[in-house]
Amino acid sequence: MTSYRLDKGGLIDRESALRFTFDGALHIGRAGDTLASALMANGVRLMGRSFKYHRPRGVITAGAAEPNALVELREGGRKEANTRATMIELYDGLVAKSQNNWPSLNFDVGAINSLASSMFVAGFYYKTFMWPKSFWEKIYEPIIRRAAGLGTASKLPDPDKYEKSYAHCDVLVIGSGPTGLMAALAAARQGKRVILADEGARLGGSLLNEQEEIGGQSGFDWSQGIIAELASLPDVTLMPRTTIMGWFDGNIFGAVERVSDHLRVPDPYEPRQRYWKIHARRAVLAAGSEERPVAFGGNDIPGVMQASAMRTYANRYAVAAGRSVVVFGGNDSIYRTARDLRFHGIHVEAIVDSRKDAKADPGGVHVIRGAMVADAVGGKAVKSVHLTNGMHINCEAVAMSGGFSPIVNLACHRGKKPMWDANLLAFLPPDNGEAFTVAGSAAGKMLLSECLADGAAKGAAGGRAIEAPRCRDEAFAISPLWWVKEARAKAFIDYQNDATAMDLPLAAREGYSDVELAKRYTTTGMATDQGKLGNINAIAILAEATGRTMDEVGTTTFRPFYTPVSFGAFAGPFTGHHFQPVRKTPLHDWAEEQGAVFVETGLWMRSSWFPREAEDWLASASREVLTTRGSVGICDVSTLGKIDVQGKDAGQFLDKLYCNTFSTLAVSKARYGLMLREDGIVYDDGTTSRLAEDHYVMTTTTANAAKVMAQMEFAHQALFPDLDVTYVSVTEQWAQMAVAGPKSRATLQKLMDELVMTDETVPYMAALEVTIMHGIPARLFRLSFSGEHAYELAVPADYGSMAARAVMQAGEEFGICPYGVEALSIMRIEKGHVAGGELNGTTTAGDLGMGKMVSTKKDFIGRMMAQRPGLVDPNRQQVVGIRPVDPSHRIRAGAHLLKKDDTPSLANDQGYVTGVAWSPMLNMWVGLALFANGRARHGEVVQVWDGLRGHLVLGEICDPVHFDKENKRLHA
Amino acid sequence: MLIPCPHCGTRPVEEFTFLGDAAPTRPTTNDPSSMEAWYEYVYLRNNPRGTIDEYAHHSGGCRAWLVVQRNTETHEVYGAVTARAFASRKEAVAKGEQA
Repeated sequence: MTSYRLDKGGLIDRESALRFTFDGALHIGRAGDTLASALMANGVRLMGRSFKYHRPRGVITAGAAEPNALVELREGGRKEANTRATMIELYDGLVAKSQNNWPSLNFDVGAINSLASSMFVAGFYYKTFMWPKSFWEKIYEPIIRRAAGLGTASKLPDPDKYEKSYAHCDVLVIGSGPTGLMAALAAARQGKRVILADEGARLGGSLLNEQEEIGGQSGFDWSQGIIAELASLPDVTLMPRTTIMGWFDGNIFGAVERVSDHLRVPDPYEPRQRYWKIHARRAVLAAGSEERPVAFGGNDIPGVMQASAMRTYANRYAVAAGRSVVVFGGNDSIYRTARDLRFHGIHVEAIVDSRKDAKADPGGVHVIRGAMVADAVGGKAVKSVHLTNGMHINCEAVAMSGGFSPIVNLACHRGKKPMWDANLLAFLPPDNGEAFTVAGSAAGKMLLSECLADGAAKGAAGGRAIEAPRCRDEAFAISPLWWVKEARAKAFIDYQNDATAMDLPLAAREGYSDVELAKRYTTTGMATDQGKLGNINAIAILAEATGRTMDEVGTTTFRPFYTPVSFGAFAGPFTGHHFQPVRKTPLHDWAEEQGAVFVETGLWMRSSWFPREAEDWLASASREVLTTRGSVGICDVSTLGKIDVQGKDAGQFLDKLYCNTFSTLAVSKARYGLMLREDGIVYDDGTTSRLAEDHYVMTTTTANAAKVMAQMEFAHQALFPDLDVTYVSVTEQWAQMAVAGPKSRATLQKLMDELVMTDETVPYMAALEVTIMHGIPARLFRLSFSGEHAYELAVPADYGSMAARAVMQAGEEFGICPYGVEALSIMRIEKGHVAGGELNGTTTAGDLGMGKMVSTKKDFIGRMMAQRPGLVDPNRQQVVGIRPVDPSHRIRAGAHLLKKDDTPSLANDQGYVTGVAWSPMLNMWVGLALFANGRARHGEVVQVWDGLRGHLVLGEICDPVHFDKENKRLHA
Repeated sequence: MLIPCPHCGTRPVEEFTFLGDAAPTRPTTNDPSSMEAWYEYVYLRNNPRGTIDEYAHHSGGCRAWLVVQRNTETHEVYGAVTARAFASRKEAVAKGEQA
């Protein structure tokens, strides 16, 4: 293959030799190349296949807007799909593959779509694949998905690290071209903290790509001098390879720094990318402008590219886009293109200027005025062009320029729309106030001298100004040039989504003339490039087709992100074990020793069951229940929220929080409490103990611990600020274990230092401060969730495992066993105690059978709203027990309850099963349910219908207490 | 977005949990005739364009409940006071109106 590398010039290191492969073929590039420039230098023009028609595509830009040259970069877990070859810095060992082709890039079967293109017009999804309906999911969609697509994601884990970081500055300058450099310099010389960010690998922006003269030197040399000065200032941070991708509330900018993407693998301890949140007191957007393509036939054939891109490849990368070039456009920049190309020895066949009266100096190149390129001709590379005047010119490449669109994206991220300027033929950024200004060509300044002056002024922002250097200006005159209607072949507007110029009038004719509708109907601007090249052309064509002005059509919404951001950058370091913290109870080590199987509940790891030998969960949990009910068991309940409440008004405060009363609770006693939301629905429950006149300890459910704490803080600070009370979460500070069963007292007695445990010294609902094991302070509560004679023992967290081991030793003679959450749940369902399934955010105290707890003598959160008719309606679903009529049947949680003779349907729904358990005591499945007017319907036989699993049995509604209805065991 | 916490200084919004409009005041009576006022307190919220006072919990900081004043259109934050201070200010205003 012939080299397209120019003999001299360019910002590349000609001494270097970087080996890389594209579709398996080995090539050599130079340091300073992008993948795109290196491929072009090696004569590779075909870089991808288009999305819909699988047309051959080459590079069309030299920057972030590239829609065509998308490749799969790297391999294995580092593979990244849809990366733009124009933004990939070449490194030794780079591996890239083309995408969206089968069987190969050069011979792609999908290209037949091109022949069937009448099927693929705008809205083709809606028109072609609608019938028969059943075909969509199984036949049409998979075929379309396979045929139309971009790269494929790696399914392997990403081996690299990502970081998140914050930065603060006085002035953020976005873009390091002539405008950005002047803005940064002006701010920096005022002593401001400045961040200068640029998406490019090297700072300098367009001055790296163009032949300019500033201050008597080349634009490149001038830029390097300014960058050196900025680098020497302590308060200036230069951030190359950093894309500012979004502008957010509070003048916060999101940025992605590509720390290691230019390396084969990141250096040790370096991330691949770093995600920044930059808080800027003010920002100057100097993002420049994007050259617009022209919609003519075959404007996607490899070899057709932006004129500015062709200049960049010649000036910066020393690469010729072709040996002979036709330059086509409707503005004066085409003349500088011809000049630069000729400077590099690239033959320019002709300048085709759409304007009859163009005045710019062609510098000796043949100019054809008042004509346009109607069609580029060629298959996988341009061979010639047809002009509208009938002329035919052979060439290898076409440079096109439809005009320049200021890159206003960031300025529109917070909702404002850009405004059309009919003289510049450009949408200009909206006014966002002083904290975010736009400067240079991003603000429609089309001359270099204007850009330098504007950058200096916006950077200084009214403070001490700096003078802009003198420079040479290029001519700028422009006429509209959007769509060459004489085109015979397809003229593309959106390259990446294969939307053509014809699609837009079609969309308008079919009623989708609103710009947002036209976008979705034609898919213009919906691909990963988000219409950076095509959108303005699309608006112009839509405006013409509907007889509206550009402003009347308007732009679609600019949303973050400016360019695609990898998921890794968003996830940062918070993956795997770092995704969320793991909370282990103080008894975790002890539970592990006992062979616990753990279950995640929120962040907590709770011991779920303690299998012996080959037991499965049910066998283990059943044995744990039988041991506990038969003798004694121990369970870790440390995850319950524990809140220490102290102060003169502590009792009054609890009276406000709970629907029942705590100010009357005797010291050394505990009481069950029910907490409502202000709307009258039950919020949480738990026992609260009074340790002293002004000292209570609350417990909350595991799930609600943090929320209840926040609610208490709200209630105290915002609603009842006069109460003299203070409270703190002590969940982490205390290890708590339930010791339950007929032998629980005999077991615990062995740990007590002085206390002699009897029904008199430790009555039911006692709450005592004691010492155990020769002086360890502890709290002993006689509480029972299992329904057994039971206690809860709390010790400071660090003594937890030690105390649990001591309990195990003390209980050894009784055959004690540890029990987990599964056994706990079985026992609570046997006893009809409510938990999360019933406290589900829809139930009232009355629904739970606790209506009598609700005080009528005091104000508390939820009191008034709980009295509303709808919340006291007797037909509400109430907690009941449910058991199968045939004890060999199983009932399942989530099953719905229906009257015995009703047809199974949700219209006949009477309630549902909130929790079930296999009861080893009763040898059958038992459950709890919410059932309409349930308390009045005990004994009724119902259908237990599990439509999801296709399961229907008969069940009997009963009292929620399935086992030991008289609570004899509690006091045994 | 930065919130000026009266205790902790200027802190990022991620440290805060917002609850909503701080304008409604919890009625002080449980008299059945006050049901309408309770209904309004629990359910009815304005959705103003412009300035709003909102409860925010500095859950990732000092754990104080604050009232943050911001602009719903621009999200500009004008300031923050403690919910306690806000409550006494509201009380003072209410007393003033009665008098």
